[in-house]
Amino acid sequence: MGPIGPTPSPRVKAADVSQVLDTPPQTPPPAGGDLAALAARHGLSVSGARPSLPEYVRQLWARRHFITAFATAKLTAQYSQAKLGQVWQVMTPLLNAAVYYFIFGVLLGTKHGVPDYIPFLVTGVFIWTFTQSSIMAGTRAISGNLGLVRALHFPRAALPLSFCLQQLQQLLFSMAALVVILLCFGVPVGVSWLLALPVLALQFTFNAGVSMVMARMGAKTPDIAQLMPFVLRTWMYVSGVMWSIDKLADKDSLPHAVTLALAANPAAVYIDLMRFALIDSFHASQLPAHVWAIAVGWALVAGVGGFIYFWKAEETYGRG
Amino acid sequence: MADNTNDRIPTVVADGVDIVYRVNGTGAGRGSATAALNRIMRRKQTEKAAGVRRVHAVRDVSFVAYKGEAIGLIGTNGSGKSTLLKAVAGLLPVENGRIFTHGQPSLLGVNAALMNDLTGERNVHLGGLAMGMSREQVRDRYQEIVDFSGINEKGDFITLPMRTYSSGMAARLRFSIAAAKDHDVLLIDEALATGDRSFQKRSEERIRELRKHAGTVFLVSHNNKSIRDTCDRVLWLERGELLMDGPTEDVLKEYEAFTGDKSAKPKPKPKPKAAAKVPVPS
Repeated sequence: MGPIGPTPSPRVKAADVSQVLDTPPQTPPPAGGDLAALAARHGLSVSGARPSLPEYVRQLWARRHFITAFATAKLTAQYSQAKLGQVWQVMTPLLNAAVYYFIFGVLLGTKHGVPDYIPFLVTGVFIWTFTQSSIMAGTRAISGNLGLVRALHFPRAALPLSFCLQQLQQLLFSMAALVVILLCFGVPVGVSWLLALPVLALQFTFNAGVSMVMARMGAKTPDIAQLMPFVLRTWMYVSGVMWSIDKLADKDSLPHAVTLALAANPAAVYIDLMRFALIDSFHASQLPAHVWAIAVGWALVAGVGGFIYFWKAEETYGRG
Repeated sequence: MADNTNDRIPTVVADGVDIVYRVNGTGAGRGSATAALNRIMRRKQTEKAAGVRRVHAVRDVSFVAYKGEAIGLIGTNGSGKSTLLKAVAGLLPVENGRIFTHGQPSLLGVNAALMNDLTGERNVHLGGLAMGMSREQVRDRYQEIVDFSGINEKGDFITLPMRTYSSGMAARLRFSIAAAKDHDVLLIDEALATGDRSFQKRSEERIRELRKHAGTVFLVSHNNKSIRDTCDRVLWLERGELLMDGPTEDVLKEYEAFTGDKSAKPKPKPKPKAAAKVPVPS
């Protein structure tokens, strides 16, 4: 008995079926046009239609508590089976930093004349990880949560947003570890540390926008999740996570346009702004021109564009 | 014809609904690398050549559901009941026809939003928020949900992670969370089969209560008894087609004759997976 074609048993019952078909239904459904008219008369709406953009924003705002609760729940569930539990939230970034220090600081000695290399490196790694894991989580936000999407009604943008929020919470733990590292390496506490807040806000908006774009693409073509690690790794190496982009610019071996593009790429902008905010030996001269305008621009383009792009396919998520 | 419906308020109108699933990777080669490549290269070709199989799950179904009705959906396995329910909820697209609804129909189910690594307590909050309740509503109903589930009858289990629950306990908590919200149109997919007998009784009571608040309740079940107990109208789907639509007793009598279920004894799985989802040659 193959999966195609009727099996013998229903055929035996065919007589029963025809009898059933002969019995007139008790509530005969009116003809097609009448049903639509009936629905219109009573103000019924088409099921599963995409809401307008303002309505969508309103729905999303109404679900803000779900978004935060879901993010926190995911974060908590992450280490719930470990003996040390939530201690790993801080331990993981610290161990990460230790590995990078061992490889780049001790083994390779890639200081390239960067003062305060360890704080420089660790800030870069943490800030980059925030963008990287947000985008990675965003790619799987819809395709990895089809059960949720197919069972419950909520604006689907809640999922990528929630995952980005989870990564932001994760980053805050990393930042706590970073403060310890900064103090250990004698970086003075300064007023400029307050700049970290607007930088994080801008970077979060950028990440959320890109993950919404990736969420839509990943929902249609799940294969993208396989490709993303390679794209992201390439992006990491050109973003000056482990080396200083402005040192590269001094070398004159690269055309000016290339160094400009490297310095204006969003990951590099947010990483260098955070270094500028936290590390006193990282000077404003090392930042590209109009750096704040670029940072705000990337956040707005990705945030608004990504949101609209995601909303355009709202009714198609989790289907087919 | 429309005149006799004026006094009743329709909540769900299905107008000639067709639902077709498209399944990737069933063509020649069965998802092998070459077949996949073939699919990508010849994107513009017909779906059949691209190895996409169409499964026609629901065919030309029309019905009108009114406020205050409890409607049972019956049919052998794979006859399209759950598919139809998902389409009414707006979670599956229709191929042809349209479904109109009053308000937002909700499927009774929060399983997917819950996390096994979290405590029952946190899952109650998360599940409630996932269904669209406000934080205050969840806080107000929290005790009610826990009491209804009976999780704490045998000790303080609500503060333990859900992975430590027995399957029955987890199912009871899930149902309790899902049933805590009042809905305009409530769609229930075989949720009544969970838990022990005393919990099943409580669930049926809760369904009746929900029905009072909700406009309309749809119930998919293979348990003819729970259909009899809760529904006053039944839709019988077979191979995606609406065979019968009428009062519970009339339809169930025919259905039981069809499934060879002579006594009115409830039988959870009446038929083996018959070829109800027959793919249509495209």
